Amino acid sequence: MRTYKFLFALLLTGVFFTSCNNDDDSTPPPVNEEEVITTMTATFVPTTGGDTVTLQTQDLDGDGPNAPVVTVTNNFVAGTTYNGTIEFLNETESPAEDITEEIEEEDEEHQIFYIPGAGLDATIAYTDADADGNPVGLQFTLTANTAGAGTLTIVLRHEPSKPNDGTLSDAGGETDIAATFTVTVQ
Amino acid sequence: MRLRSFIFMCALPCCAYAQDCDLSLSGKVMDLHDNAPLADATLYIAELSKSAITNEEGFYEFSELCEGDYTITVIHSECNTIAREVALKSNTERNFRLEHHLEELNQVIVKGKSHHDKLTSVKEVQLSDEALNRNSGKSLGDALNELSGVSSLNTGNTVVKPIINGLHSSRVTLINNGTRMEDQEWGAEHAPNIDINASGSVTVIKNAAALQYSGDAIGGAIVLEPSRIVVKDTLYGKTTLTAASNGRGGAVSSQLTKSFDNGLFGQLQGTVKRFGDFEAPDYVLSNTGLDEKSLFARIGVNRFSYRLEASYSLFKNTLGILRASHLGGAQDQFSAINSDRPLIVRDFTYDIDVPRQEVTHQVFKVKGDKKFGNHSHLEFHYTYQQNDRFEFDIRRGDDAGKASVDLSLKTHTAAFDFRTELSETINFKSGIVGTYQDNFANPETGVRRLIPDFEKYHFGVYSIADFQVNDALLLEAGLRLDHTHLDALKFYRTSFWESRGYDVLFPDLVVEEFNNQILTNPKLDFTNLSATLGTTYTISDALTGYVNYALASRAPNPSELFSEGLHHSASRIELGDLRFDSETSHKFSLTLEGNLKGFQFTVNPYANSISDFVVIEPTGIQQTIRGNFQVWEYRQTDAYFLGVDLDATVALTDHLDWQSQFSFLKAYDSKRDMPLINIPPANIANRLVYTNPSLNGLQLALGSTYVFRQNEFPNNNFEVFIPETQTTELLDISTPPDGYHLLDFSAEYPFSLGSNSKMVVGLSAENLLNTSYRNYLNRFRFYADDLGRNFLLNIRINY
Repeated sequence: MRTYKFLFALLLTGVFFTSCNNDDDSTPPPVNEEEVITTMTATFVPTTGGDTVTLQTQDLDGDGPNAPVVTVTNNFVAGTTYNGTIEFLNETESPAEDITEEIEEEDEEHQIFYIPGAGLDATIAYTDADADGNPVGLQFTLTANTAGAGTLTIVLRHEPSKPNDGTLSDAGGETDIAATFTVTVQ
Repeated sequence: MRLRSFIFMCALPCCAYAQDCDLSLSGKVMDLHDNAPLADATLYIAELSKSAITNEEGFYEFSELCEGDYTITVIHSECNTIAREVALKSNTERNFRLEHHLEELNQVIVKGKSHHDKLTSVKEVQLSDEALNRNSGKSLGDALNELSGVSSLNTGNTVVKPIINGLHSSRVTLINNGTRMEDQEWGAEHAPNIDINASGSVTVIKNAAALQYSGDAIGGAIVLEPSRIVVKDTLYGKTTLTAASNGRGGAVSSQLTKSFDNGLFGQLQGTVKRFGDFEAPDYVLSNTGLDEKSLFARIGVNRFSYRLEASYSLFKNTLGILRASHLGGAQDQFSAINSDRPLIVRDFTYDIDVPRQEVTHQVFKVKGDKKFGNHSHLEFHYTYQQNDRFEFDIRRGDDAGKASVDLSLKTHTAAFDFRTELSETINFKSGIVGTYQDNFANPETGVRRLIPDFEKYHFGVYSIADFQVNDALLLEAGLRLDHTHLDALKFYRTSFWESRGYDVLFPDLVVEEFNNQILTNPKLDFTNLSATLGTTYTISDALTGYVNYALASRAPNPSELFSEGLHHSASRIELGDLRFDSETSHKFSLTLEGNLKGFQFTVNPYANSISDFVVIEPTGIQQTIRGNFQVWEYRQTDAYFLGVDLDATVALTDHLDWQSQFSFLKAYDSKRDMPLINIPPANIANRLVYTNPSLNGLQLALGSTYVFRQNEFPNNNFEVFIPETQTTELLDISTPPDGYHLLDFSAEYPFSLGSNSKMVVGLSAENLLNTSYRNYLNRFRFYADDLGRNFLLNIRINY
């Protein structure tokens, strides 16, 4: 009696298994993260001639174990004002997706902060504005004042409170990008 | 003789002896041991096919009976069924005493019962009907919090996961209507998809001894059963309305049951809950609203020799997640933790924005039960469950409004259970269960899969027996074997795959390589053995002891195996390990239950030793373009849990009871000699309950809960660079908040609405003093205070 019951149940569960198990032998597609920003490049073009300064951070594995690669090309020159632009890319996709456009479209919800650290005597001014007249930071100027070396931290915040006093703590929101570069003013 | 009188009665209807068919038979049904009234007992007069049900005082009444000899069968879910002869000549009062088998395993009620089988050697704890009703507008986790030894792991105030003796999620099995819930329960932020209003009883088994249901309930099991349906021609229902000031919302729940003499029945139950943002004493907890709808319908037939039932349940909810808990990285976490107030506080709203969870859980079930001979039963059930989980995050551009997590889990379960009485003193129960599960993670989200696509096959077989050695001693033993086969298709980041050394260990698993990802096909097998051995000893009429040993073994869950990426709401990177083995627990528990005059108590010390216990802990900092994140990795270690739960009730006067509960637990990683994280701190709850039967059963209760500070915790703090200040600061994510004391008050007054209807109006206040506090077991304690004062109005109508 018990053996019979056992076999019957086995059979029945077997039926369920096979009946639901014929659908997916195909491999699932990979998910390429659409929102990931892998690369941020800030470009500083001197208004009075000279070398263009580029700051780049690139993290191709996103939240994976590899640390971002940070590169700084050229030094700033004391007494020079630079026109700055910044570009964000998602290079996990091919061709790379330009996230800068999304930020432009949603400029009320984004702001980029440029924070000179100790040792860096530089002044930053926003030259762009969103529809409400608040700064975004996709275009800006940097004036290198006196020679020295220090850090420049660039932070992209999503949904900061706007207007704010220009500090991160007043802006709040979420950090999408945070990178610190060691730069030199000659 | 009886037949003759029966025919005589039928042949001489009321016209001849009209007054003789006007007799009544009434009385009480009581517990044989302590004369406690037994509510909901069914009395059945076979000769007349008439039945009656006892009320809460155990009282029953048959009216309009004719003179004659009758056989009365008395049935109660927790007792042996008895049959007694009654010779009715005049209005008669007759009391029945039933053997109240509180401890009886495998005890089965023949009719109208869907009550789960009792365990012998483990003292179960049950939520009272009153507690179920009172928590009608709340979650299962909130309601269970009232029991000693049960606490909850909260994510805000809407995601409430029960913790039993310090363990939760995959270590606590939820059995709903006889089937294990499969609702992505491994996630600490995934609340059970259950509406407590659909349950007639909620029982907690603080042990892995419920082998009938699972062998891996290392923490314990929560068993929910729908209400019992009596075999009687009747239509009844109940409606519960709850309104709450905090959250400015409420719940409506209604149940309607129709049953017939021939055993056919149908039941329909529905609940709607809606709350806006909840509030802490000083601010609105923005985006913490809740929208929940559920439906439960069943039809079936209850006959003496068989039962059949088909049911469908739908549970659908939308839960807001505190807006201020969504963080970008360690720097954001630093400013959030060091702010007294949440960084985002908006005006109250009913809208539920992102981040939020949307979950739909559907269960379709057929079950049957056939009786063989006098002592054997065969039960069968087939259950199909589908769980659809969406989690919405704060996203940018085209992705805004698109879910970040989109999981669909389909589970088929088929089971047979057979139980029999081998002799007068030995009960035996055995069964097999097979499960097929398919998890699908939708790639359309544009976010890497939280857990991979997988198929899971599970097969389990168990046997339990108990032996009544003598009047005082009962022995119980059980054994269970489970086999699980997991076939997953998982994408790893190539960088992670290589940094873990998986490329060397598991080169065979690789299916295909993509840009910076790699598709693998892990096939994992786990065989788990579990067992229980226990005894119940009745020391005296007033004193009972329970001793139980349970061996349980749990296969690692998908998150422990496959996690690999950023967990937004925790602001950390979580990494699983493909190499994990099952964890094994040995738990000893002892319960002493006393029922002295005016003083009842339960003392329940326990010790749980777990080998290969899976813990998640911080192992370092990872730099990403988004800033620094703390990395938490799952690890297997050995752990022990030592604790005690105490319950006591003292009758201070005839009308005044003092109820007290205390729980204490110590849990350590024994390999590192370090406390485990998120262990419930010691807590003590006291309640003064005043009941006045002469005032229609008015009840007033004043409750006090004191939760101590958790002084034993692992130090997981880390340092983070803050660009604004150009400094490196210590981020304290370990120190538990201070202890707190909460007061609550409730009043209840029943009204009679005609002969068959009753209304109870309840008014209560929680956190009466509007105390600001933070709960160590709330994952959002870093960002916001817990709930402030809440006034509740609760109206229950039975009809």
